[in-house]
Amino acid sequence: MKIILKNKSELPIYEQIEQQMKAQILDGTVTEDEQLPSIRQLARDLKISVITTTRAYNDLAEEGFIISVAGKGYFVAPRNNELLRERMLYEMEDGLEKAVINGRNAGLGDEEIVAALRKFMEG
Amino acid sequence: MENILEISGLNKAYDGFALKDVSFSLPKGFIMGFVGENGSGKTTTIRSILNMAKIDSGKITVFGLDSVSDTIEIKERLGVVFDSLYLAEHLNIKQIEQQLKPFYKDWDSGEFFRRIKEFDLPENKKVGDFSKGMKMKLMIAIALSHNAELIILDEPTSGLDPVARDELLDILTEYIEDENRGVLFSTHITADVERIADYVTILHNGKVWYTGTKDELSEGYAVIKGAENDIPPEIKSRLIGFHAYRNGFDALIKTDDLAGIPDTLEYEKASIDEILVYIAKEDKNERHS
Repeated sequence: MKIILKNKSELPIYEQIEQQMKAQILDGTVTEDEQLPSIRQLARDLKISVITTTRAYNDLAEEGFIISVAGKGYFVAPRNNELLRERMLYEMEDGLEKAVINGRNAGLGDEEIVAALRKFMEG
Repeated sequence: MENILEISGLNKAYDGFALKDVSFSLPKGFIMGFVGENGSGKTTTIRSILNMAKIDSGKITVFGLDSVSDTIEIKERLGVVFDSLYLAEHLNIKQIEQQLKPFYKDWDSGEFFRRIKEFDLPENKKVGDFSKGMKMKLMIAIALSHNAELIILDEPTSGLDPVARDELLDILTEYIEDENRGVLFSTHITADVERIADYVTILHNGKVWYTGTKDELSEGYAVIKGAENDIPPEIKSRLIGFHAYRNGFDALIKTDDLAGIPDTLEYEKASIDEILVYIAKEDKNERHS
């Protein structure tokens, strides 16, 4: 697990941790059942407050990316394909929405935006 | 959650200065940043916790023990770091160790010299000739060598270079990895607090202006800017430290009050530094109105 915090980022630190952990869980850099550093170890490693790392882990657990095992710590959740697929769909829709807004703001018509998408997909 | 430090209704008056009804508590396992401008009462509060200043009224408990009647046991379990050395300056590290050892039941010489080595402190040099950063590290080494459960630091970073400040943050985050400990950290360099503190207490003119988690503080306030005419009247009275200039205004606002503001006003989240500045400006505004 690799986490790089940017102090000048617009995102709060707990969200930076969440995003980077999610990305590494989704792309398989960290694998199912792998143990994560404890809340206090992570706070020490990143030199940030314990409340911040607690918040990041709580959010990740709530969204099903990691699980807390009493007395043992936090682990990467077993892959739940349905959940993962739902998340991917959500991310895709979110990305498409942003693309459409940006395209319209740039003055493109709907046809032009669709054409741009097609071109992107064809590589 | 169990509190490692609890202050309630603390009053202490001096000539021309008073702590007024100061109350806050630090849960075990966390770091609290204690901030406020010079003269706001931080050092007096810390001296009261350590029973170095006699309090007029109120109650302070450390590890659940009374700060006045149980002061000896508290000091045994407490580590302090001040902005200047409290040790005999003509002694070297080895002599200092000999001198301190009898005072603490849990003194661990092995741990002390291991820390001295880790912090690169010379054993044969007079501690009075140490740089500010070295003195700070020596005081930390002492706190860590008698198994202190709570470390209280009074302005440890003032006058330190960025490298020594960063080392201190490292040491404190390592220390708090043990959830049975606590850190109270007074400073006016808020960048340090912004990073490692879980809780923040802001003292202003001898009173507690804010105490709570750092996240609630930084999410609770924003800096708002724009043209003075665009401020709805009901919101204007709630702005903190309002400052008008030729082309506009700026002020601190509670994020709860942002709901009714027009799009023409811009806002961004406030840093602890900015919050302190606007609190001081608000004072000035009140004095002039």
